[in-house]
Amino acid sequence: MRPFDYLRANALDDAASKAGDGAQFIAGGTNLLDLMKLQVMTPETVIDINNIDGLDKIEPHEGGLKIGALVRNADLAADPQVRRAYPVLSRALLAGASGQIRNKATTGGNLLQRTRCPYFYDPAMACNKRDPGAGCAAKGGVSRMLAILGTSAACSAAHPSDMAVAMRALDAQVEIRGTDGATRTVAMDELYQLPGETPEIETSLKPGEIITAVILPAPQPNATQSYRKIRDRASYAFALVSVAAVVEMEGETIKQASLAFGGIGPRPWADAQVNAMLEGETPSEELFGKAADTLLAEAVTDEGNDFKREMTRRALVAVMREATGMAPASTGTDKVEALA
Amino acid sequence: MKVSFHVNGEARALDLDPRVTLLDALRDHLELTGSKKGCDHGQCGACTVLVDGRRVNSCLSLAVMHEGSEITTIEGLGTPENLNPLQQEFVSCDGYQCGYCTPGQIMSATGMLAEAAEGAPSHVSDSLTGKAELSDAEIAERMSGNLCRCSAYPFIREAISRVAEAEEK
Repeated sequence: MRPFDYLRANALDDAASKAGDGAQFIAGGTNLLDLMKLQVMTPETVIDINNIDGLDKIEPHEGGLKIGALVRNADLAADPQVRRAYPVLSRALLAGASGQIRNKATTGGNLLQRTRCPYFYDPAMACNKRDPGAGCAAKGGVSRMLAILGTSAACSAAHPSDMAVAMRALDAQVEIRGTDGATRTVAMDELYQLPGETPEIETSLKPGEIITAVILPAPQPNATQSYRKIRDRASYAFALVSVAAVVEMEGETIKQASLAFGGIGPRPWADAQVNAMLEGETPSEELFGKAADTLLAEAVTDEGNDFKREMTRRALVAVMREATGMAPASTGTDKVEALA
Repeated sequence: MKVSFHVNGEARALDLDPRVTLLDALRDHLELTGSKKGCDHGQCGACTVLVDGRRVNSCLSLAVMHEGSEITTIEGLGTPENLNPLQQEFVSCDGYQCGYCTPGQIMSATGMLAEAAEGAPSHVSDSLTGKAELSDAEIAERMSGNLCRCSAYPFIREAISRVAEAEEK
């Protein structure tokens, strides 16, 4: 690790005023410290925000829940209200990382974790995200863990989070405290920027801004939620492909469907067109196949990750079969219950 | 930079470079070498300790972030003359070959059993709201943050299962 100054912030104002050029906030630290050891990230100042009061609570909010940025992943997954009313979020969290990591990693930090693209992680390799303008050694390289949608000539990195995929399917909002002290909320697609020609810019957060909470809308009673993750080993591995689904049926018709995908995009990937073509329809394998065609219409793959097309299609179909009642629910598919 | 915390019930005060991880503080500054450095990147779990009762990777945490923490290492669980139940069952079940991962396995299992006792579900739990039954598959999933390159996994799971069953009674 390169030397750095370590500071503790005791309030949001304090954190914002300490944050200057070359500063990083640290909460769980499970990703940041890993990257600092590899000298992929070399902050001059590390500001510990763990002592800021009030950010570690899960509270009722406008019929839904407000999750503080410092709530640990393990606590969020095990929260009784989340387990009942937002099971897809518990499932996604439990599919991510290890027990030890989940005990430290936070809600805000999980959203802002960096890609696990092997070329980003290796300072000997050219990477436009790590070193803007350096080029991308991933092109023509090992592409198994890379994205296939929303990529650019400059970057094909995938967002690694499971939690964020479930939050995207739940239409969560992210609360951000600006450097002027005012709070704003943004949708997840507004938080995450696509790489384009500037893959080093990953979010719409400005220097010194801090995520303070994630807001979940009121749960839909009678909905079914599902999370399925496909990876190279049974546990503690990043997704090749994952699918989160929130589906509400009305009789034999899909009343509402919200799907989000992990492992295939530079952000938790959702496509409004896909959801729209499912809604109002009768579930069938043919319908789900057409939805997959639409989702993947713009996919760019190479021989190392072309399998993700078929894998995404099969995952989408399998999850939708369970969520619509065409197939019996397996582990990972749960009925939503009302908030207590 | 000065930091004070409790390790195995004893107050310890250190003056450290902020780069020193909790693992290096324990091993190199407090001479508690039971916690092991395997990968130093949170992937193997050999460095697992309890912080305020919860299992964490001590390699992925800065020591200076632990002002006031209560830290438990393998040295705090039992002694060679008086093993704690998990230590005893790892011996009885031969839950290791080289032994390098064992302190991390035992600390992780200690944290995991407490999580399960509080009803925390896992990725393989059929129900998110039911009681956490520690089947073989459940133990394997909940212990996936601890690698054993000798692959003593069946005996590790057996040792943990015996303690879980004993605690149940």
